[in-house]
Amino acid sequence: MKTGIYPGCSLNGSARDYNESVFALADAFGLPLEQVSDWNCCGATAAHNLNKNLSLALPARILSLAEQNGMDEIVVPCAACYHRLIVTQNELRKDPELKNQVCEILEMDYKGTSRIINVIEWIDKYIVPDLEGKIVKPFDHKVACYYGCLLVRPHKVLAYDRPEDPQSMDQVMTKIGATSVYYPYKTECCGAGFSISRTDIVSKLSGKIVEDAESRGADAIIVACPMCHSNLDMRRNDINKYWGKSFKIPVIFITQAVGLAIGLSAKNVGLKRHFVEVNIS
Amino acid sequence: MSHTETLTEKSTLAYNIEKYVDVISRKCYQCGKCSAGCPVADEMDLPPSMVMRLLQTETALNDEKILRSHSIWLCVTCEMCLGRCPMDIDIPSLMDFLRQKSLKEKKVNPKARNIIAFHKSFLNSIRLTGRLFELGLTLDYKRRSMTLMQDIQLAPRMISRGKLHFIPEIIKGKAHLGKIFKKTK
Repeated sequence: MKTGIYPGCSLNGSARDYNESVFALADAFGLPLEQVSDWNCCGATAAHNLNKNLSLALPARILSLAEQNGMDEIVVPCAACYHRLIVTQNELRKDPELKNQVCEILEMDYKGTSRIINVIEWIDKYIVPDLEGKIVKPFDHKVACYYGCLLVRPHKVLAYDRPEDPQSMDQVMTKIGATSVYYPYKTECCGAGFSISRTDIVSKLSGKIVEDAESRGADAIIVACPMCHSNLDMRRNDINKYWGKSFKIPVIFITQAVGLAIGLSAKNVGLKRHFVEVNIS
Repeated sequence: MSHTETLTEKSTLAYNIEKYVDVISRKCYQCGKCSAGCPVADEMDLPPSMVMRLLQTETALNDEKILRSHSIWLCVTCEMCLGRCPMDIDIPSLMDFLRQKSLKEKKVNPKARNIIAFHKSFLNSIRLTGRLFELGLTLDYKRRSMTLMQDIQLAPRMISRGKLHFIPEIIKGKAHLGKIFKKTK
């Protein structure tokens, strides 16, 4: 059983804190994580908004490379990439003619056999069973787990957790000592790819999430997506300006929280790179 | 079985949506859950349930209204509408189809200019290097949208946190990516 990783572009750039924490965890638990060789961007929102064939060909190239690498399973820490890869796999599975068309575009073989998992599934499968005894610093805080959109929707295709009030992230957080707060905004949209083109919309939508988490007494918002993180963290000044508030709640990747609980340093899991200061550990 | 067999007007949006993305707009019975859950409905000229209703009329006038709407570009593809639709209508896929048709027929709503400029800059960045180069994307977007001063204060904070790269990562299969872009044009 070989598990590979598709980091995606964000983890190589503005979400390098997420990347650092994923690899720090893999190291701490002795989990090999080879990157899909010579991977490309999945095309994200831009491709599926503007060009259907391109939006299938780009993820299909990644999946085909993973097959060449002999990967039975690929961890995809970015929720948006995770969504694009699974949606593509599903489209090509249900339409053989489309699959042939895409293979022709790629000039590559594609079987669609690699299993695609998100970061919470990876933690659940490989880290949770070994967690006991490793926790040296329980994450004893109230947390608002924020799933956003693309980890849980479209439910029929992703078949992960449940689309309303999902629980998987809350369960992992409970296992490392956190208390999760009831939180209706956990699957509301942060504004996603509008960060640059419609910052006003992102400030409005992300502000509602931050406000709800803070007002319910959470000490931190926990995320598993670089886009959610960048909108809630890097855009905090815009959010505060839009709402005329000064929200201070930090936004922490689930991999960072688990890392802290097993004794990794704040620097090691990339916490120093956040815009909103993380004053809990 | 399909109602399309009795449909005489093959050029309507509803007909083409069923043909190309396998979404049957007639299934919508206007419960309004999509508009109620849509995070951007209040910004839209036509909330999603209204788009569905206009599609059902199958008139040239309403089809035109949809293709020229701001809504189809404001949809962030959060998939909430699909998640809550009692008839399981794949509105996000339908929106992708409408966006591409609107673009192809040059009917893009002028208010959506920046959103589309961003998408184009994004794809351009991937075409050139294989992976997204965030700085390159931002500069190209600024050029396209003429929003030169926007987010200027973010740059130094990103740099001090090591979050902004100045050199793009170029994949070995760059030429392959170029070919994929050409073939899917």
